[in-house]
Amino acid sequence: MSAILFRDVRLAARAGGSAMLALAFFAAVATLVPLGVGADLRLLAKIAPGVLWVAAVLAALLALDRLFQADFEDGSLDVVALAPPSLEATAFAKIAAHWLTTGLPLTLLSPLLAVMFGLETSGALFVSLLIGTPAVSAIGAIGAGLTLSIRRGGLILPLIVLPLLAPAVIFGAGAAQEVAGALPLLAAFSLVACVLSPFATAAAVRLNLGS
Amino acid sequence: MLRYANPTRFLQLSSALVPWLGAASAALFAIGLYLGFRVPPDYQQGETVRVMFIHVPAAWTAMMGYGLMAAASLVGLVWRHPLADTAARAAAPLGALFTALGLVTGSLWGRPMWGAWWVWDGRLTSFLLLEFLYLGYIALWNAIEDETRAARVCAILALVGAVNLPIIEFSVDWWTTLHQGESILRKGGPLISSVYLWPLFTMALAYTFLFFTLWLLRIETEILRRRARNALLAEGP
Repeated sequence: MSAILFRDVRLAARAGGSAMLALAFFAAVATLVPLGVGADLRLLAKIAPGVLWVAAVLAALLALDRLFQADFEDGSLDVVALAPPSLEATAFAKIAAHWLTTGLPLTLLSPLLAVMFGLETSGALFVSLLIGTPAVSAIGAIGAGLTLSIRRGGLILPLIVLPLLAPAVIFGAGAAQEVAGALPLLAAFSLVACVLSPFATAAAVRLNLGS
Repeated sequence: MLRYANPTRFLQLSSALVPWLGAASAALFAIGLYLGFRVPPDYQQGETVRVMFIHVPAAWTAMMGYGLMAAASLVGLVWRHPLADTAARAAAPLGALFTALGLVTGSLWGRPMWGAWWVWDGRLTSFLLLEFLYLGYIALWNAIEDETRAARVCAILALVGAVNLPIIEFSVDWWTTLHQGESILRKGGPLISSVYLWPLFTMALAYTFLFFTLWLLRIETEILRRRARNALLAEGP
C-alpha cells in the first residue's frame, strides 16, 4: 500500500508529472479572474474564497483522469488488483497520493494567491482547503474509476464529478469566509467521502478490469 | 414480483398494462387540467398559480425517477439481472426530461413572481444539480460500449449519486440561508388551500402514470431491440 503511495507521489512529482501542472493551472485560473472581473481589490477580496475554491477543484480534476488510466493501459493495474492488498486499500493509497500531489500543494500555494486577491487573513482559506481537498480527491477517484475504460474518459469525468462536489465547494467556501458551522460540516463531508470512496472506487475499477 | 423478472413474462405484463396506464394518464391529465383552469386565481399570485399544477408534479416525478433509477441500479448490481439494468437505463432520460420540465416551468413562474427568470434559490439550485447528475449518468452510459459493463458502472454512479443527493440538498439549503437572508421567497406564505390541492394531486397522479407508461414502453423497446440484434447476429451476414 505504501509502495503504491510512494510510487504515485514520485511519478507525479517528476518532470512532466501532474503535481506541477495542477499548481500552474490553479495559479493561471486565479490570474485570469482579476482580468475578467477587474482589479478592484475590495471586490476581489470578497469573491476570493469562492473563486480560489472553484479553481482548486478544477485544478484537482485536471490530474484525475490519469489516476488509474496509465496503470490500466500498461497492464500494471491488473497485477495490482491481483496482489494481496485489497483493491480498496490500493484505491485509498491512490487517493492519498493524488491529494499529496495536488490538494496539498494547492493548499500551500493558497496564502500567496490570497495576498494577491487582497484577503487580509488567509488562515481560514488555508484550513478549509487543507480539510476540504481530500474530499475532492476521494470523490474524484470514484469518477476516475468509473470512466477508466473509456478512451476519452477525461471529458466525461468532470460532468460526473462536479455535481457530486457541490457540498465540498459550498462548505469549503463557507469555511474560508469563516461562516459559523461551515468548518465542521466540511470536515464531516470530507471524512465521509474519504471513508466511503475507496469502496465505490474499487468496485468501479473491478468492473472495468472485467473481473 | 420475481415472476416478471423474466423478459418474456415482463413483455406480456407490460404490453397489457401500457394501454391502460396511458389511457389513465390521459384521462387524469384532462381532469387535472380542467380543474386547474377552473380554480379561482390566487389572491397573491393571480393567474400564475396555475403554473403550479404542471410544475410541482414534474418536480415530484423527477425525484421519483431518480429513486426508481437508483433502486433498479441496486437490484441490477446485487442480483445481476439484465432487466433491472434496462429499467435503470430507461428511467434516466425520463428523469432528465421531467427535471428539465420542472426547471423550465419554475423559471416561467419565477419571472412574474420573483421578477427574475432564475434565482439562486435552494430548490432551483439542487434541481439543476440533479439535472447534471442525470446528464452525467446518460453520458457515461453512452460512452461505454460493452452494455453489461456500462450497466454495472452506471449503477455505481447512480448509487453514489443517491447517497450524495441528500447531502447536496442539505448543503444547498444551508448555502441559501447563508447567502439569501433577504430571500424573495415569502417566509410562511399562504398555506395551500384545498381548492388547489385537488387539481395538484390529480396532476401528480397523471404525471406518475405518464412516467410509468413511458418507462414501460422504453423497457419494452430495449428488450425488443436486444432480441432483434441477437436475431440478426444469429442469422449471420
